[in-house]
Amino acid sequence: MKSLQEIDKIRKEKRKELDLRVSYNDKIKEKHILVCRGTGCTSSKSPLIIEKLREILKEKDIKNVKVVQTGCFGLCAKGPIVIIRPEDIFYSLVKIDDCEEIINKHIIGGELVERLLCKNINGEVVKRLDELDFYKKQKRIALKNCGTIDPENIDEYIAFDGYKALEKVLKKMSQDEVINVVTESGLRGRGGAGFLTGKKWEFTKIAEGKQKYVVCNADEGDPGAFMDRSILEGDPHGVLEAMMIAGYAIGANKGYIYVRAEYPIAVQRLKIAISQAEEYGILGKNIWNTGFDFDIEIRLGAGAFVCGEETALLESIEGRRGTPRIKPPFPANSGLWGKPTLINNVETYANITKIILNGAEWFSEIGTEKSKGTKVFALGGNVNNIGLVEVPMGTTLREIVFDIGGGIPKGRKFKAAQTGGPSGGCISSENLDIPIDYESLQSIGSMMGSGGLIVMDDSKCMVNLAKFYLEFTVDESCGKCTPCRIGTKRMLEILTRICNGKGEKGDIEKLEKLAINIKRGSICGLGQSAPNPILSTLKYFRNEYEAHINDKRCLVGECKALSKYEIDPEKCKGCGLCARNCPVNAISGEVRKPHHIDKDVCIKCGSCIASCPFKAIKF
Amino acid sequence: MGQKKIINLKIDGIEVKVPEGTTILEAARAASINIPTLCFLKEINEVGECRMCIVEVEGRRGFVTSCIQKVEEGMVVKTNTPDVEETRKVVLDLILSNHKRECLTCIRNKNCELQTLAEKYNIQTIEYEGERINYDIDDLSPSIVRDMNKCILCRRCVATCKKVQNVGAIETINRGFNSCISTANGESINDVDCTFCGQCITACPVGALSEKQDTDIVWKKLKDKDSVVIVQTAPAVRVALGEEFGMPIGTNVAGKMVTALRRLGFDKVFDTNTGADLTIMEEGTEFIERLTKNENLPLITSCSPGWVRFIELNYPELLKNVSTCKSPHQMFGAIIKSYYAEKQKIDPKKIFVVSVMPCVAKKYERTREDMQGAGYDDVDCVITTRELARMIKQANLDFTSLEDSEFDNPMGEATGAAAIFGTTGGVMEAALRTVSEVLKGKQLKNIEFKEVRGKKGIKRASLNIAGKDINVVVASSLANARIIMEEIKSGKADYQFVEIMACPGGCVVGGGQPIQSSKVRAITDVRKLRADALYTIDEKSKIRKSHENPVIKKLYDEFLEKPGSHKAHKLLHTTYSAKS
Repeated sequence: MKSLQEIDKIRKEKRKELDLRVSYNDKIKEKHILVCRGTGCTSSKSPLIIEKLREILKEKDIKNVKVVQTGCFGLCAKGPIVIIRPEDIFYSLVKIDDCEEIINKHIIGGELVERLLCKNINGEVVKRLDELDFYKKQKRIALKNCGTIDPENIDEYIAFDGYKALEKVLKKMSQDEVINVVTESGLRGRGGAGFLTGKKWEFTKIAEGKQKYVVCNADEGDPGAFMDRSILEGDPHGVLEAMMIAGYAIGANKGYIYVRAEYPIAVQRLKIAISQAEEYGILGKNIWNTGFDFDIEIRLGAGAFVCGEETALLESIEGRRGTPRIKPPFPANSGLWGKPTLINNVETYANITKIILNGAEWFSEIGTEKSKGTKVFALGGNVNNIGLVEVPMGTTLREIVFDIGGGIPKGRKFKAAQTGGPSGGCISSENLDIPIDYESLQSIGSMMGSGGLIVMDDSKCMVNLAKFYLEFTVDESCGKCTPCRIGTKRMLEILTRICNGKGEKGDIEKLEKLAINIKRGSICGLGQSAPNPILSTLKYFRNEYEAHINDKRCLVGECKALSKYEIDPEKCKGCGLCARNCPVNAISGEVRKPHHIDKDVCIKCGSCIASCPFKAIKF
Repeated sequence: MGQKKIINLKIDGIEVKVPEGTTILEAARAASINIPTLCFLKEINEVGECRMCIVEVEGRRGFVTSCIQKVEEGMVVKTNTPDVEETRKVVLDLILSNHKRECLTCIRNKNCELQTLAEKYNIQTIEYEGERINYDIDDLSPSIVRDMNKCILCRRCVATCKKVQNVGAIETINRGFNSCISTANGESINDVDCTFCGQCITACPVGALSEKQDTDIVWKKLKDKDSVVIVQTAPAVRVALGEEFGMPIGTNVAGKMVTALRRLGFDKVFDTNTGADLTIMEEGTEFIERLTKNENLPLITSCSPGWVRFIELNYPELLKNVSTCKSPHQMFGAIIKSYYAEKQKIDPKKIFVVSVMPCVAKKYERTREDMQGAGYDDVDCVITTRELARMIKQANLDFTSLEDSEFDNPMGEATGAAAIFGTTGGVMEAALRTVSEVLKGKQLKNIEFKEVRGKKGIKRASLNIAGKDINVVVASSLANARIIMEEIKSGKADYQFVEIMACPGGCVVGGGQPIQSSKVRAITDVRKLRADALYTIDEKSKIRKSHENPVIKKLYDEFLEKPGSHKAHKLLHTTYSAKS
C-alpha cells in the first residue's frame, strides 16, 4: 500500500532517474539501452538481445548503463530495434551478434555502429529517432509511453505522470466534471464506430442500477491490426488508470478487460500491471482513502472476431457462445449480466489520462472538426515502413503511405489502401488526399475501423482482395443471423467463381443485391460491414470485375486460374531458357525459333517469365 | 396493480393502441398485419436471428427486429417498405438455398413455416444457390429423427430443450456457415441425456425434427390376417387429432377417431383411459401403502416416460420414490395380452398392440426393459397422434364427416378421472378422488380438485384427507420437475405425493401432438383449449372415479385379485435404474 505522498515521492525520484529517456542531454553519464519487447521484436529474438547486452555489461563491469525492455517503437519493419538514450541513437535490424559491437563501439568507444543505422527512403542515413521520416508527421498521445517506459515497472509509469490523472479525478473532480471533460475533448470511440466517448459515459452514468461495470474491449481481431496489442504491451497501466477513471465517472467498481488469448505478452503485462497496482493500493478497496473501490479482472477471448462486437463480447464474458445481442437495449442500460456497462476500446482508454491531465481544449485542438485527437494505425501491406503509426486526425492517406510509410516498395505504384480491415473498404488513389477522419472515410465507402491500414500496390487484384476479406468474414461469422451466416458464404462463392474464370453475366448485380441486403439485414456490425470490401472495390475497380467475368482476364495476373501464359513469337529468340526452367516441361521449341507453351500442361508458376531475358512471355 | 399504460403507435398507417410492453410484432397482429417470422417462438425463443420480422421505424437507423422491440409512444412503423420486402426475400432465398428442399416428400409438407413463407413471397427460383453441408440423418433413437439438412438454424429446439425443459441436450456448435445444432460431441440423440420428450419436434418450424415413424409396421400388421391387431388411444389424442383435419383446437373427436380406427382395420379399438383407471387403482394403493408405512415418500408419478428417463438420468437417488406403476398404455397392453387374451381365447402371441399416443417418448418406453408383463411386449408399436392422422389420410377417409362410434368392450369403458390424465394435474386429481374415498371410506361430495388444475407450471396444495395432512405438488415441464426434485433432495419440501409430466402442460401438448405454428401458439393457448376438452369429457362422464369403473372392478374380481397383488405387480409394475 502506498499513500499518495509516497507515490508522489516515487514519481519525483524516478522521474529524475528517467530524465535521460526524454531529454537529449549528452552530458548525462548514465545510458539506457532500450530494447523493444513488443510482439514483433520479441519474435525476432529481442529478449535474447536484452540478455546478451546485460551479460556483456556485467562481464565488462559497466555500471552506469542499464538495459531496459520497452513497448513498441513503431517501426516494426526494422525490428528488432535498439535505442540508446540519452543520445537517442536508433539501431535497427539488430541481431544477437551485434550486441558485442554495440557495447564495444558505442557504449565504450563512443562511436556509432553505422551499419545498424536506419536509412530514410531517399538514402540518407539517420542517427536519431526523430530524424527518421517515419516519425516526422506522427503525434504520439495514445502511444506516448510506448517505447519510453518499461511496461512491467509501475514506478516508470508513475514517473511519467502515471496515476496522476486518477488522483486528480478522485480528489478534485465530480463524476459529471470528468464526463464533461471527456465529452468536450471530442474523443470518439477508437474501436470503429466512432461514437462520442463522453456521451457513452454519460448514458452509462445516468442508467438506473446500483451495480455497473467498465469493460475494456481488447479483442482486436482485424487481420493485420495490432494497435491495441501494442498499447497493452507498451503501456498497460495507462489502460488500467483510464478504466478506473471511467469507473469513477459512471459509478462502477468493477472492470473487465476482454483480451484475446493470442496476445500472450499483452496478457502477461496486464497481469503484472494489475498486481502491481493492487500492491500499491491503487486498485482495490477505498483507493487513497477516497471511498472509491475498483477491481479489474482479465477475461481471455478464444480469438473469435465477432467477440470484438460489444454485445458478443459481453456474452463471452458471461460464459456463453460469443454471439451478438439485438440492440437496443444498449450495454449502457443493459450490459454485463443485464447491468449498465461501459465498453470502450483499448485505444480510446489510452487517450483518457492525457485528456484529464491536459484538458479537453488541448485535445480538441488536435484533429479535424468532427474527429479530434490522433489515430493509431497498423500500417502494413505493400509499404516500406511497416509498423505502428499515430497521426493527428486529418492527416491524409498520402502522408501516411508516402511520408511516414516511405512509399511502395520495389518501385511499384500505389493502387489502394484498405482501412477498417474486413469491415472497411478500399481507398483508391483518387482519394489519397482526403484528410482521414470518421466522416471522410465513410463518405468514400470505407470506415475508420479500429485502425488496420493495408496498402496495396498495382500487382494486387481487387477482386481477389475482396475475396480475401470475405474468406475472413465467412470464417468469423458467428452463424447467428441468416444474412451473415449464409449470405457471406454465398458472396464468397460468387467471388471465388469470378476469380476462377467461372463468373457469369449478372454476377456483379447479384453480388450488389446480396451485399446491400446483408448490410441491412444483419444483426451486428460484423454482418452489416462484411460486404464493404465488395462494395468499395466494385465502386472503384468495377472494371476489374468486368474483365474477370466478361473477358476471363485478371488485369494484374494475380488470379492464376485466369492467366494464360503465351510466348510472343515476335519477341522470342528461341534461347530455350524458359524451357529449361519450366518445372513441368510445358515449353517446347527448336533452338533459335519461337517457343511454344502447352497450356494443358502449364501450371502458371511464372518461372518462364522470370527466366526470359526478352520479356517475350505474356500472361 | 395498476393497469398497463396504453401506447399509441402507427403501423402501416393504421393507428394501434396496445398495452405497454407489447412487441411491434404483437402490435401489428392486433392491427391484422402478419409480420413474417421463423425463429420466433413466444416466450421461448425471442432472439431475432432469422431476420424475417424486420420492419422500419421512423427515426431509427437500420431495420428493427419486431419480435423483440417493444412499442413506444408515437412510434411510426412500416412493415412492408420495398427495402424491407427485398431484404426479407433475400433472407428467405438464402435460407432456402441452404435447405434440403424435398417438400413434397417431407414429413412437414403443408405444415411447414418455411414453405408457407416461400409461398407467400412467391419464391419460384432460388437466386443464391450454393454449397450445402451434407449431414447424416440421425434415426438411431426410437423416438426422434434429426435431419440437419433441413435445419434452418432458428434454434427453437435449442431454446425449448434448454429453457422449457432445462435439459440442454442440444446446442449450436461450430460457427458461421458451419453452424449446426448438435448434441455433445455430435453423438446420436439416442446416446445423450435427451429424455425423448419431443418438445423440440413441436418447436421445429420445418422438417428437421420428427418422430420416428412406425406407421409402416402398423400397415403391415393390419394386412396380416394371422394377427389380431388391437389399438388403444391415449386420452389426449382425441382432443387434438381433429386439428390435423382442420377442426378447431380442442375439438373432442373420440367418436370419429374410433370409427376411423375401425375402418383402418384394427380388430379391436380400446381406450387407454381404461388403463388409466387401472393405473389409479395401483398407484393409489401404492400411495396409501407408503403413506401408512411412511416410507419412500413422496410418491412420484411415473406415467410420463420422458420424465422417467429424466429422473433416471438426473436424480437416480430419488428413484425409490417413483411409483413402480407402469404407464397406463403399458399396463393396458399387459392386460390385453393376459386377461383379455385368456378371456377371448386368443393366443397372445398373435396379438399386436398398437398405442396411439400424444407422445414420442412412449416409443422409447415400450422398448424399455421390464415391459413384458405377460411374457410378451406389453405394447408392440407406438404411433403418435400425427402418425394416426397420416394413416387416416392415407386410407382416404374423410375424417370430418365420419359418424361417431364407441370403443369396443369390454376394455373400452373408462371414467372421467382417466380422461383428465392427459393434462397436468389430471393424474393427481384422479388419484386424489380414489385415495380420498378409500381413506375416508365414504363418497366425496366434491370430486373436483381445482387447486391442481390450470396452466401454472408448478401447483402446490395441502389437503386434509381423513385426518391426514397431505401436501401434493404438480409440476409439468422438466425444468419445473428439476425445481421440485431439488426441493425434495435438499429436504426443503415436505411432499407426500408428486405428479410430474415431462411436457409443459401435460400430454395435451405432448411431443407427438399436432404441430401448431409459432403464430397460433402465440395467439392461442393451445394447451388450455385441449385440456378444457378433457375436463368437459370428465364433467359429462357418468362415472368420474377410477375405482367405480365396472370394467376395472371386474378385472380385479376375475383376474388380478386386488390392487397391488402379486399378479398385479408382475403385470403392471416395473423397475427403474440409474442411467448416465
